[in-house]
Amino acid sequence: MQYMLILNETADDFAKRNDPQQAGAYWGGWNAFISAMGAAGVIVKGDGLLGPETATTVRIKDGKRHIQDGPFADTKEQLGGYFIIEVPDLDAAIEWALKAPSAACASVEVRPVLVMAPASAA
Amino acid sequence: MTAAARAAEQAARTSYGRLVSILAARTRDIAAAEDALAEAFANALASWPVSGVPRNPEAWLITAARHRLLNEWRAGALRDRATDEVERRQEERRIVEEFPDERLKLLFVCAHPAIEASVRPALMLQTVLGLDAARIASAFAVRPSAMSQRLVRAKAKIRDARIPFAVPGDEDWPDRLQDVLDAIYAAYGVGWDALAGTDADLQGLAEEAIDLGRLVVGLLPAEPEPKGLLALMLFCEARRTARFDDGGFFVPLHEQDASRWNRILIIEAESLLEEASRHRRFGLYQCEAAIQSVHVQRPITGTVNHEALELLYRLRVAASPSLGALVAQAGARLHAGKAVEALADLDAIASPERDRYQPYWVTRWACLKALGRLPEAEAALSVAIGLSEQPAVRAYLLRAQAGEA
Repeated sequence: MQYMLILNETADDFAKRNDPQQAGAYWGGWNAFISAMGAAGVIVKGDGLLGPETATTVRIKDGKRHIQDGPFADTKEQLGGYFIIEVPDLDAAIEWALKAPSAACASVEVRPVLVMAPASAA
Repeated sequence: MTAAARAAEQAARTSYGRLVSILAARTRDIAAAEDALAEAFANALASWPVSGVPRNPEAWLITAARHRLLNEWRAGALRDRATDEVERRQEERRIVEEFPDERLKLLFVCAHPAIEASVRPALMLQTVLGLDAARIASAFAVRPSAMSQRLVRAKAKIRDARIPFAVPGDEDWPDRLQDVLDAIYAAYGVGWDALAGTDADLQGLAEEAIDLGRLVVGLLPAEPEPKGLLALMLFCEARRTARFDDGGFFVPLHEQDASRWNRILIIEAESLLEEASRHRRFGLYQCEAAIQSVHVQRPITGTVNHEALELLYRLRVAASPSLGALVAQAGARLHAGKAVEALADLDAIASPERDRYQPYWVTRWACLKALGRLPEAEAALSVAIGLSEQPAVRAYLLRAQAGEA
């Protein structure tokens, strides 16, 4: 079964990415986590994302296009990346989620991936 | 009631959780297992009076439910009886010889951390004991439709997020077991609070929680904490009628008429607690049960051993400094004649919930009264009355207020 690990990070985490003092530890932590998942063969796909300052949110209201700078909600934690993993059950997914560096500083949401029923032939 | 109906009812009461857990262990779909089982029971009521009660009703029911689950119900009806009979015989042998008791897994699923804590006790009562949602709803004081919805949602999450039907591994074991025990105790607590009223249905829930406690003790003989929890519930149960006098007024523990305590339950609780202590592993429920044990020794020794209580509360707070434990510790100090220390303990509680917690204000009132600080005591009492949810407790405090005026 596939789960998405939704990796949330704080502004501090995002700042570490480009801070010469902390970038090594930051990326080292993520690389170790990703290598461990890779070695276990659970990764289906995954990406890191640029920070929320690069986000643009769009919506259509009353037929008009609204395009605005920034993420949908200005919360303490923002989406920093995701992985889709293939594991037997929720407990296994939770185990991996707890190993993500962001679990220790922000949070990881675990969601089952929706499996679309094949379109009926009739 | 016919013999067939009695047999079906008996099978329902004693085997419900066993059958649901066996059916759901493979599919993880509790709702589908319950539906199939309900249909199997309905079929049993229709066919047993005609064909006779099967030798092994559980095997009959699980075969019928499986057919339903496999969507073979209609196909099965078309097959000749001989095939059915052969299958049934096989199933009968398997259920006796091969099926492990899957209820432990079901308990761990119901108390999984991915399920909201407040719905866990209800989920257990329904899936393991087969209580209907309306009865559970009335005990938890929510609308039946709201309770059904919460239970349906929880079962859907178990199925859709694939919460495993498994006994947790070593690393998770202590926390997960604690979750199971907490949910059972919460179910007991619902019955306990409700005893202040007169609803017979609600009193029944305390007994159901005790049934769950017995089940866990039986399934986990090597664990001391289930024994501690069962002992705790039995100690409380032993005192349940003594909590109210003949006029229906609330009587606090230290004023209770000990001759009204149920000695048989107390003896059982004491022996469970002793068994638990032989494991030599401290736990919160054993500690709570030990506190109860000290209290019930009053009629034997003629006094309450306050030093023992203080020590037990210190252990209790050291293990888990919950608001309830901190307030209870202050109460124990007060009863040991240390009102100044007790009040200092209360003042030191930093929990943001403190000022909305009724027992805090009751204990504060008692401390201030003992210290002769009467105007402050009166103010604390009035807050306590305002925060009381149980009518009998409120009435008790109102009488105290009138007595002091």
